[in-house]
Amino acid sequence: MSRVQAFVLGVWDFVVGDDWLTALGVVLALGLTAVIAKASVAAWWVMPLAVLVLLVLSIRRAARGATRNG
Amino acid sequence: MSGAEIGLAVSVFLACAVEAVEALTIVLAVGTTRSWSSAMSGVAAATLALAVIVAALGPALTSLPIGVLRVVVGGLLLIFGLQWLRKAILRSAGLKAKHDELETFREESEAARALGGKPAGFDGYAFAISFKGVLLEGLEVAFIVLTFGANQNRVALAAAAAAAAVLVVIAAGIAARAPLARVPENTMKFAVGVMLSSFGMFWGAEGAGASWPGGDAALLGLIPGVLVAANIIVWMLRRSIPVSGVEEPASAEAPRLTGVDA
Repeated sequence: MSRVQAFVLGVWDFVVGDDWLTALGVVLALGLTAVIAKASVAAWWVMPLAVLVLLVLSIRRAARGATRNG
Repeated sequence: MSGAEIGLAVSVFLACAVEAVEALTIVLAVGTTRSWSSAMSGVAAATLALAVIVAALGPALTSLPIGVLRVVVGGLLLIFGLQWLRKAILRSAGLKAKHDELETFREESEAARALGGKPAGFDGYAFAISFKGVLLEGLEVAFIVLTFGANQNRVALAAAAAAAAVLVVIAAGIAARAPLARVPENTMKFAVGVMLSSFGMFWGAEGAGASWPGGDAALLGLIPGVLVAANIIVWMLRRSIPVSGVEEPASAEAPRLTGVDA
């Protein structure tokens, strides 16, 4: 593995961590907020709702893994 | 000091204190078993590297347009915050082993002793382990200092809160002359996760063009809201853990499962 690849992997691991689906969900939720806000409709509710859903799904995935490994 | 600035200072202080406790354990282990001077040289070098990172990236971040800065910083803080919160929830529910400073200290000390006799002069092992430990634990804090500080144009305040946390932990370490095993690390991580997630969604949504009802006061609803939601998830997880899959609790804490990601 080259140094550049190692650096990119390191940055990915540092920022995204071990749950890339949550990171992707955050990006999509921000995009949806921008689209709704652009249409001059109240968009503040998107992020709290997205955070709740993403957190529950992330915990569910981790909890399933834990009980499988336990 | 505004409410957002207090939130910034508290979040950075707690995040930095938690990471400093973990770094202190590593430095104590190599310092006591190998060489204090080499271990402290590693600490100094890592601290310098972190200061350079903050000094170099801080102005670059603060020069971004505020809308772009908020959506980028908000998104990153939210991704970070959800990671902290997820791990803290799993630990609180007993689905992930809690960080054990005494165990880490024992492992690091054994690894250092296994290398054999102490060198008379500079000890490269003690330097490298201290440097790596402080740099890795500190990077996350540097990131939080930069993002929180840049977004409110208060990098200096964030850096001061981080420095205060390091000083408190060092003072506690000197007083205890042992790893700080009694620090409620998971509670602090839980609080940091709540704060990062709340500020992350607040700034991220604002950066994306949304307007919060009540402006900055919306944070007064977001922070308790995330805290309550996280506690409800912990409560539901504790109720749903199958008895057959749970090991006997090692202490009075919640039962814990092993084999979960670190």
